Amino acid sequence: MPGRPISIALAGNPNSGKTTIFNNLTGTRQKVGNWPGVTVEKKEGKIRYQGVELLITDLPGTYSLTPFSIEEIVARNFILDEHPDVVVDIIDSSNLERSLYLATQLRELDCKVLFVLNMTDLARNRGIKIDTEKLSELLDVSVVATVGNKNQGMDQLLETAVRLAESNTDVAQKRRVRYSKDIEAAIVELQRHLEAQCADTLPYNPRWTAIKLLEDDNVVKERTAAGVGERGADIFEQVDRLRERLMDRYAEEPEIVMTDERYGFIAGIIKEIQILSTRRRVDVSRNIDLVLTNRFVGFPIFLFFIWAMFQLTFTLGDYPMQWIEAGVGMVSALLDTLLPQGIFKNLLVDGIVAGVGSVIVFLPNIVLLFFFIALFEDTGYMSRCAFLMDKIMHLIGLHGKSFIPMLMGFGCNVPAIMAARTLESEKDRLLTILITPFMSCAARLPVYIVLAGTFFGAKAGTVIFSIYLLGIALSILTGRLFRSTLLRGADAPFVMELPPYRVPMFKSLMIHMWDRSKMFLKKMGGVILIGSVVVWTLSAFPRDIDYSIDYEQKRQQIAADYDRRMAEAQGTGSEALKEEKESSLGQLERRQRFERAEKSYMGKIGKAIGPIFSPLGIDWRSSVALITGFFAKEIVVSTLGVLYAVGDENESEALQQALQDSDMTPLSAYAMMAFVLLYVPCIATVTTIRHETGSSGWMLFSVAYSTALAWTVAFAIYQGGRLFGLG
Amino acid sequence: MNLSQLREGQRATILRVGGNGALRRRLLEMGLLKGTDLYVEKYAPLKDPMELIVKGYHVSLRVQEASQISVEPIE
Repeated sequence: MPGRPISIALAGNPNSGKTTIFNNLTGTRQKVGNWPGVTVEKKEGKIRYQGVELLITDLPGTYSLTPFSIEEIVARNFILDEHPDVVVDIIDSSNLERSLYLATQLRELDCKVLFVLNMTDLARNRGIKIDTEKLSELLDVSVVATVGNKNQGMDQLLETAVRLAESNTDVAQKRRVRYSKDIEAAIVELQRHLEAQCADTLPYNPRWTAIKLLEDDNVVKERTAAGVGERGADIFEQVDRLRERLMDRYAEEPEIVMTDERYGFIAGIIKEIQILSTRRRVDVSRNIDLVLTNRFVGFPIFLFFIWAMFQLTFTLGDYPMQWIEAGVGMVSALLDTLLPQGIFKNLLVDGIVAGVGSVIVFLPNIVLLFFFIALFEDTGYMSRCAFLMDKIMHLIGLHGKSFIPMLMGFGCNVPAIMAARTLESEKDRLLTILITPFMSCAARLPVYIVLAGTFFGAKAGTVIFSIYLLGIALSILTGRLFRSTLLRGADAPFVMELPPYRVPMFKSLMIHMWDRSKMFLKKMGGVILIGSVVVWTLSAFPRDIDYSIDYEQKRQQIAADYDRRMAEAQGTGSEALKEEKESSLGQLERRQRFERAEKSYMGKIGKAIGPIFSPLGIDWRSSVALITGFFAKEIVVSTLGVLYAVGDENESEALQQALQDSDMTPLSAYAMMAFVLLYVPCIATVTTIRHETGSSGWMLFSVAYSTALAWTVAFAIYQGGRLFGLG
Repeated sequence: MNLSQLREGQRATILRVGGNGALRRRLLEMGLLKGTDLYVEKYAPLKDPMELIVKGYHVSLRVQEASQISVEPIE
């Protein structure tokens, strides 16, 4: 087939080692995206194998192909609609019985299937031997044995898959699952009916359609109805009749009986192909778990790991952060000397380099956080976190697994929201994404430090802690509110596999980490760039400001004045005079900057929106600072610095002094901190929300909700406080 | 007797899996079928969820979900 690559789809249970095999096969040539319309991750990789081009798609890990979860629907639709040339089912050999459930379902579909018995080493260690030839014979499929994490059997897998794709033989129909007499009779009856009535317009093969209709499969019902048109009524009538007959016979819904029978069929296969040796080794994984989820030490160990994660992220991340900061500083210094004075230079140095630089310094932290998340996931500890935390998270209406993303939110909201991908249910994922921004990220801390440091002195630590608690409390309330309104409905079943602990593969960890970091760089790079240009433009224009005094003339006057005095003094005390000159020039400079900030577009905007913020006790300067905070929260501090026209040296002290001298009170400072905590997350986070929910609607909702909440809370704090005579 | 009443370390055979559509289907698909033997490995430190060994693998479910499964303890 020249031109079109061979399409290979990887299917399999979660924890079957599917991703490891995908990584082995495609290496770094993979593309991560989303399946259209849903937030399920889609991974693809194009490779060449012996001159043949292969397109490998990693389907979501599922236990079954019934359309209950989005993952299952995505996986099944891909097979049914995209017709991959071969579907490779990755089977966990140490968990054969359950893995074969999906395998038998794939076998019922009209596609070429290759079974891969993965983790054969683990199975052998557990005393399980599998007769692969017998399995191949019994189900009439090709079977390959592999050890994914040792990169064994990959060649054979590809070779067999390519051979299968290129063979012209039809999919073998004979050796598929056989059901008991009554069910078979119903299937055959419906199948005949379908063939007679509408074989040409049926979207899928008749036997499979018959089985799915009997199982009351909604997706197949809809598609069949659309395909067969008016003859549908007649068909569905027969389906109902047959279902009732079976219900009478088994006192149970047909889909339940059929699930049962598939397992029965599997039990028969297992008996033939699996040889259990009596020699059983010590189950290391189970022993590890007895400690890690122990009643007494389970939580302390868990807390220690989390603490270590943050500690390492921020201590190890500090060095590369300094390098990046130094690098950004060098670039801007270099541009400063190389470029001619002018507006273009200002844009480049003060706008783009400063703006992008302020976000890119977070890259090391983000990369490290992702590394730890990958480590948690690949070792199998992530499901234990969910196991430990589920009771608590369930109170908010969330799954135990939501804990990790929310916790990461204290570091940075961007990776936190991306980490919500580990959640299987879409509702849980959405809810987690919506409340994660209330976890106060590290970038908001500098703002608190300045405000609390200025107005609360020795109590600053407690005040900041209370802001963090406020965020947690509001996330809980929001969670409960949304669970009972917007994202209503029964919780997804918690039923979760606890896979054995595994030694993670370095390569997998790296690929995981790099994928996510790349996404951060790509998605954020563009937006941040535009954002910085916008902020710079607003604060740099209009160019010709109508100043109240002629600063240039005044500057020359001061300089001349001091020069004259220095000349008069003839050396004695000239140092002191020089310093005095510098300081009064600096003061003048500050006054000019202050005025220019006030008269720039930014200042005008601040004054225009001032009335919105004044009930919160926030003046126009802080309003502007809050707006610029949309690009990155820590910018709030630097904008305040600019607006209060603080010089470059001892910036934070000078800013604190300036704030003290302003109209701000401890109460309004606290209201502003609450506002910073809650209002629209930074642009990088907002873009991530858009990307991860796959919808601008949810993004806008999140922005509107958080900002409205921020205003309400800040209003309540400020006005409530005033009622009680504070501030 | 239902599954959530079992103590740590007890064995039992599943008699019936109840519950709503999605939960029931999921349980059955993961191999918690009538007649299947299970072993209660442990309860989480906060007593919920619980961990079972079924068909040679470990699975956890919430106590509330487990209460939908009736079992017969094996002495």
